[in-house]
Amino acid sequence: MNSLKLILFCVAAVILPGIAHAARPAASLQPVAGGMDLADSLYLPEVVVSAKVQREIIPAQTLSGNELKGLNSFSVADAIRYFSGVQIKDYGGIGGLKTVDIRSMGSNHMGVFYDGIQLGNAQNGQIDLGKYSLDNLESVTLYNGQKSEILQSARDFGSSGSIYLRTRYPRFESDKDYNLRGILRSGSFGLINPSLLWEQKLSTSLSATFNTEWVSANGKYAYRYRRIHPVTHEVVYDTTATRENGDVNALRLEGGLHGFVPSGNWKLKTYFYSSERGIPGAIVNNVWKRSQRQWDRNFFTQGSFLKSVSPRYDILINAKYAHDRMRYLNPDTTLMYIDNSFTQQEAYLSLVNKYALLSDWDISLAADWQWNGLQSDLDGFREPTRYTTLIAAATAVDFGRVRLQGSILGSWINESAAGDEQRRSAREQFSPALFLTYKPLDSHNLHIRAFYKQSFRMPTFNDLYYTDIGNVDLDPEESHQYNLGAAYDKSYWQGVIRHWEVKADAYLNRVTNKIIAVPKGNGMYRWMMTNLGQAEIKGVDLSASAISEVHKEWLLKLRMTYTHQQASDLTRRPNKELEKITYGGQIAYIPWHSGSLTAGLQHRLWQLNYSFIYVGERYRSSANTPENYEQPWYTSDLSLSRSFTNDRFNSKLTLEVNNLFSQDYEVVLNYPMPKRNYKLTLTVEI
Amino acid sequence: MKKQAIIIYLFVVALLLASCRKDVELLLSEVTSTDPGASAAGRYAGLYLLNEGNMGSNKATLDFYDFVTGNYHRNIYAERNPSVPKELGDVGNDLQRYGSRLYAVINASNKIEVMDARTTKSIGRIEIPNCRHITFQEGYAYVTSYAGPIEIDPEYKQKGYVAKIDTATLKVLDTCIVGYQPDGIAVSNGNIYVANSGGYRGAGKSTNYERTVSVISIATFREITQIDVDLNLHRIKTDSRGDLWVSSRSDYRDSPSRLYFIDHRKQAVTDTIDLPVSNFAITGDSLYLIGMGELAQRADYFSIVNTATREVVNSGFITDGTDKGLETPYGITVHPETRDIYITDAGDYINPGYLYRFNREGKKIWSVQTGDIPAHFVFLPKNINMSPL
Repeated sequence: MNSLKLILFCVAAVILPGIAHAARPAASLQPVAGGMDLADSLYLPEVVVSAKVQREIIPAQTLSGNELKGLNSFSVADAIRYFSGVQIKDYGGIGGLKTVDIRSMGSNHMGVFYDGIQLGNAQNGQIDLGKYSLDNLESVTLYNGQKSEILQSARDFGSSGSIYLRTRYPRFESDKDYNLRGILRSGSFGLINPSLLWEQKLSTSLSATFNTEWVSANGKYAYRYRRIHPVTHEVVYDTTATRENGDVNALRLEGGLHGFVPSGNWKLKTYFYSSERGIPGAIVNNVWKRSQRQWDRNFFTQGSFLKSVSPRYDILINAKYAHDRMRYLNPDTTLMYIDNSFTQQEAYLSLVNKYALLSDWDISLAADWQWNGLQSDLDGFREPTRYTTLIAAATAVDFGRVRLQGSILGSWINESAAGDEQRRSAREQFSPALFLTYKPLDSHNLHIRAFYKQSFRMPTFNDLYYTDIGNVDLDPEESHQYNLGAAYDKSYWQGVIRHWEVKADAYLNRVTNKIIAVPKGNGMYRWMMTNLGQAEIKGVDLSASAISEVHKEWLLKLRMTYTHQQASDLTRRPNKELEKITYGGQIAYIPWHSGSLTAGLQHRLWQLNYSFIYVGERYRSSANTPENYEQPWYTSDLSLSRSFTNDRFNSKLTLEVNNLFSQDYEVVLNYPMPKRNYKLTLTVEI
Repeated sequence: MKKQAIIIYLFVVALLLASCRKDVELLLSEVTSTDPGASAAGRYAGLYLLNEGNMGSNKATLDFYDFVTGNYHRNIYAERNPSVPKELGDVGNDLQRYGSRLYAVINASNKIEVMDARTTKSIGRIEIPNCRHITFQEGYAYVTSYAGPIEIDPEYKQKGYVAKIDTATLKVLDTCIVGYQPDGIAVSNGNIYVANSGGYRGAGKSTNYERTVSVISIATFREITQIDVDLNLHRIKTDSRGDLWVSSRSDYRDSPSRLYFIDHRKQAVTDTIDLPVSNFAITGDSLYLIGMGELAQRADYFSIVNTATREVVNSGFITDGTDKGLETPYGITVHPETRDIYITDAGDYINPGYLYRFNREGKKIWSVQTGDIPAHFVFLPKNINMSPL
């Protein structure tokens, strides 16, 4: 059985280059920026090419439109797996935690922006991308370093890497003033997932949008643990069980207003998400089911306003208020009974000015102000409040062949925490970044690019104040990134290949003052957060994509990514014998090799998508010992859809098969992933 | 045109070069050779070491040091018991020998694994949720458990219990409710002594910690009294006179960890050693202790207390400076004959640790890599019918 899979995989791998060679795809999805974008869009058959007035200095990786829909992805986390340089920690199942690590710097270094404004989590710094639906997203874009624009808030300059999620922008056909779309998904895991989108044109300069989605799933799936004796090759055990306590029930409501003013626009958005889920937990000997539960209620409302005050002067204003509540319950009375709630609030205001000194020289100044508070009923919790002021100065110069962008971000963070004693702390950080691109040839679209960026992540409230574990003396964790790369693309107005592009980047990242937990005291099984960690990451990201009209009315899109990372743990340890085991070891869960391949074939009303993900061998800790070894995993997902059109409505039916070869694998130790699973989606648009 | 084809091909070749998935193999034990020294001649065949493994990692493993060959065998349980799904389990919290059997208390797997002491082949398991420590008396095993009566109560009023198990049938015969989150357990003169911690209640509010030792009469298997000691009690051991030594973890904030002496006749604390203690082992009249707190800041981190005079007789039993290079001293035992001292370093809790063997003068003989969080020791006698230590 296994050897069959192996053969299939290897055959596929050998044939595919052949197909690619014959097909010669090509073409281009120009990345579209996350925030407001007034890009001119040119619609080719199913290919959107957006030409920005000023091209980005460092091109991003973007998934959008049909390509995004064709990935069999349920959440943003599933889609991000197809980017190079990214590793996902996936605890499995529909409700399971999914966090993203960009270029091995740690998930806290990743900024996630929803319609242009950052999603915050001051408590633990992690954004669970499994909770963000793709249902209403138009594009998902990943930037290394930062989005290389200068008309952006100071927070946009603040992360080591950023993901921009852009929701659907209402567009109306000339004779219509509304759009309605209903989607119903169902399938494995007891999934029922209806959603509704309503877009209404209120006037020529104002439109409203409303979107709601409900996800209900029992989260059950079969998984299997099987071990072979290394000498006799006999099966020593082979256990199949059902994943329990992975249920989820979530409701999302989203409403927005989009308006135009003379030479400007504005938008308002309100987001509400409420969920209850089981935490499936680790599968260990004699424990096959857990009972912990979590409730989340996230609310935010945000607005932005962009206007060109004069041909030389643009302003952008962003504001946000967020209120997030999380409750964790451990009802298992054989363990420590826990029922704790945490309430976070954030208020945020940002003002950005951009001024064109010359036609090819822009400067900008951004000032952000942010307030975060966290409250909890946890015993001994010192409720912290944080005030952050960010000032970013940036400049962009266009010398023709060479374009430059430089920025410096100053961060002033003041904190106080209630509790046993009043504590105050103030931190000041400066984060410079320099981006450069060079186009050596006039006749070819070859770009050579480089960047350096220094950034930091604040210790989270949990790192600092969590009862007994927190350490108020923590310093921010710093990252230094060096990147050198090139991109080439070529388009054709006719022929089999319409567009193709390749991108390659090599990078070196250093993470210093890395915040890690170390035993506190001795023999006590207690932890304390410290700044002792160090890491160095050397990597190469490659990606290529192509669009081809293979045959008349047969459109093929191919996309491939490959990432190589040598991520070394350079943390010094008191015990030199123990240091020898972990020093220089590949960081936990970072594969040396990983990659993805997606192929979409479209013919009239039919579409067939194939996606493949490969995550190579890796270790579960910096001790790269046999007991920590994790085998490669690779999954193939397939989807087939057909559209139905008539005068009154469009509809589409999609059948997905995920983990086609039913591979039994784990992304995180003792969190088994689902075997083969299915999903059926019906979309109706009026 | 050729160019992109080559590039595409390179991608796929790169993916192929990185190998395909194979069947997942059971991990076999690994052997490290050391100098067996003089201990080969004695009454003991070897030393078992139970590695706890971080919670959720399912990496409790068993190691064996063979006194005769000097070979250190790392991770022997899975090899000897290949058909047990998910191996030994999650968080090995205690290891004891009784007669010809070895008992491993696997806390987060809610079980006690019973093995043949010579072969470590599994004989059976005793299911006890959240089990902590084990001791034996006249054919019965007594196990502490945090898992009190099942009742939902936001104030967390669940007390723990001691389970009485028939070692012949491996069945739980009775339970006796004690204090909150009972940890260490010891037997002396017809009574069972249980160190109550209150560990689930005290975080954030020190006054919620337990501060008593529960005394259970073996005859009736009911709690007869509680002895007030100090906050958050942890380990309890009987010395050669039947008196008890109990360590408090303290509240990690203001009140320090300490070692207390309970006179078994008076059923009360009659003496205190003013040293913070994370772990200790008693051999003869010597109590070897590992301190707590910053290792570098305490010269008396590794001390010996005379259990007869109740005085610190040696405040630095590691004499060659090895102690300065340790990270998280964790487990300790002393060879009953040679007085060689075995100490583990649990490091950062998420990676392999190290075992150090010192001679009775406190000089390092060798050190060897262990599993994750090496912690609990059992000496294996050559004559298995020897009474337990």
